Amino acid sequence: MVLNWEFIERSLPLYQDAFFITLKLAFLGIIGATILGLLIAIIKIKKIPILSQLSQLYIELSRNTPLLIQLYFLYFGLPKIGIILSSEVCAVSGLIFLGGSYMAESFRSGLEAVSKTQYEIGLSIGLSPIKNMIYVILPQAFAVALPSFAANVIFLIKETSVFSIVAIADLMYVAKDLIGIYYETDEALLLLVLSYLIILLPVSIVFTVIERRLRYAGFGNSSHLSGQEST
Amino acid sequence: MQDSAIQVIFRGKNLLRLFQGLWVTIELSMIAILISILLGFVFGILMTSRFKWIRGICRFYLEFIRIMPQLVLLFIVYFGFARTFNINFSGEMAAIIVFSMWGTAEMGDLVRGALTSLPRHQIESGLAIGLNQKQLYWYVIFPQILRQLIPQAVNLMTRMVKTTSLIVLIGVVEVVKVGQQIIEANRLTVPSSAIWIYGLIFFMYFAVCFPISRLSIYLESKWKE
Amino acid sequence: MAKKILEINNINKSFGTHKILDGLSLAVEEGEVLVILGPSGCGKSTLLRCINGLETFESGEITLEGESVLADKKNLPKLRQKIGMVFQSYDLFPHLNVMQNLTLGPVKAQGRPKADVETEARELLKRVGLADKEERFARELSGGQKQRVAIIRSLLLHPEVILFDEVTASLDPEMVREVLDLIGELAHEGRTMIIVTHELQFAKAIADRVIFLENGKIIEESQGKDFFASPKTQRAKDFLTVFDYSTIG
Repeated sequence: MVLNWEFIERSLPLYQDAFFITLKLAFLGIIGATILGLLIAIIKIKKIPILSQLSQLYIELSRNTPLLIQLYFLYFGLPKIGIILSSEVCAVSGLIFLGGSYMAESFRSGLEAVSKTQYEIGLSIGLSPIKNMIYVILPQAFAVALPSFAANVIFLIKETSVFSIVAIADLMYVAKDLIGIYYETDEALLLLVLSYLIILLPVSIVFTVIERRLRYAGFGNSSHLSGQEST
Repeated sequence: MQDSAIQVIFRGKNLLRLFQGLWVTIELSMIAILISILLGFVFGILMTSRFKWIRGICRFYLEFIRIMPQLVLLFIVYFGFARTFNINFSGEMAAIIVFSMWGTAEMGDLVRGALTSLPRHQIESGLAIGLNQKQLYWYVIFPQILRQLIPQAVNLMTRMVKTTSLIVLIGVVEVVKVGQQIIEANRLTVPSSAIWIYGLIFFMYFAVCFPISRLSIYLESKWKE
Repeated sequence: MAKKILEINNINKSFGTHKILDGLSLAVEEGEVLVILGPSGCGKSTLLRCINGLETFESGEITLEGESVLADKKNLPKLRQKIGMVFQSYDLFPHLNVMQNLTLGPVKAQGRPKADVETEARELLKRVGLADKEERFARELSGGQKQRVAIIRSLLLHPEVILFDEVTASLDPEMVREVLDLIGELAHEGRTMIIVTHELQFAKAIADRVIFLENGKIIEESQGKDFFASPKTQRAKDFLTVFDYSTIG
């Protein structure tokens, strides 16, 4: 398989732009999903009435439908009732909607893993409930939640590959374009694979290192390399 | 008189076509799932092989398939193989290949996980009563790993069904494509049909995936000793 | 007459239909070592937890230097800083090392400067022979060591009164001694302490006053030595006999 290196060189800027767009949107989506997930986890753990049930409904809806459909709905459907969102807002919103429920599950199991005694000890040394949460509970919860959190981050980054349907010039869009116009399929696909590897491999390695460190400190459980989305 | 947007769904054969489109998705998923289960067991057993190099290759395959977005894999098979190996896959065929490969890898990892979490003394007891390898697997190992395996496998199936929605992007006429055709056909007469059609498709996926994920949770709680 | 630091007035608490504390009243003087004895389920732990605000109660009042425990939820953290509590489970915070465990309360809850707290913490660690464990994590310490760190953690808050809830119950015998030695030292320093324990020899050695609880009521209350030498009530007598093995064999 001979590669057209000249073509590869020419296409690099396109991939580079797409690379950063994907990275930016993924980053925003992951942050949003994490915040949403944390809120929902706390709501469910405290069993706040009404909000708990709504959260459960949200979780079921977002976990049982593909991001693809959610995006189509946001981008093509909503404008028909007057809500017009930009491509980027749609993309990030869709990612947050989908990711929030997976993050919620990770954080919920993390929070539940922290023993009640820890909670009481934190209070008994005079910490307010909020400070107790910040300094005692959340650090421990996060350590337990880390493997599934890592899996979720990787999952969400991969999900960004459908963003081209809401007119975002992401990596898939660039690849498909080049294949369609120039027929340099192998080259286009090679750069595509490399781009995703450059994003995902470092992320995966960083999480593995963090997990190892935490396991050394006495907690954490099996590696995120089992790759499963949290159930 | 102009139809209201929601009535577009019920007009003519629209609903039927949508269900047929959904069936394409389900059918493809089922084929891929079946292949994944069968090959997954084999792959899983391979992953626990004594030989380091076999484990290594399996691991590499698994990690690569996992780290790549499924859409990229679809592109590679649909566009790439066509050009490089001169085989022209239809979108459906590419989908079956990719999802089977992905499903096999994931299933294999689940099987590996279940096998390695089986307490050693179970195997030793089996050997001690004189079972050979095959009997050991059939009578001792499989019945026990199934408990851990099935809920996780069902969870994998939900994910596979959801992910098959991607095939619309390699030109397969499934439910989303049908929906788009309907919307397009009614673009001038009922411009707001988009929200109802996409909304309906959203719930169709939900209707398919929700029972499966509920089943997984039910099985998990029932079998938790 | 010494100052009354802690006053407990007519506390009633139930879990569902089960009454745990039944009209219990008690006052603790400054510098006093009060030991609470009683069979399981008599409410001793619950009483301590009520004092610290970890449990609520239906009626009655608990005041520390005049401030009611129930008065203001927002004030509870501040009040808890004046009440040190050491639990049976010697839980340290697993994600922090020993020094961080010790300084968390004083620095984050009381707002004291970190350097000062660390200096004081080092003194205390040195005193119990754990000076070299400063950077260690909980999983590297033995049960006895963890419990002593837990006690120091409470001391660093400069509490008015310290509550000990069966702190040696989960420890191996050799470690029990090192913890009790520390508690004994604190008693001699004149700290106000309420101790729930089954270690009767120890109780006999350090108690200024002993209360015997059963079913949430105070059955007997005596000066330390008197309780063990000549218990007034039959229940107390029976209880003490349980621990007397001279009649076996």
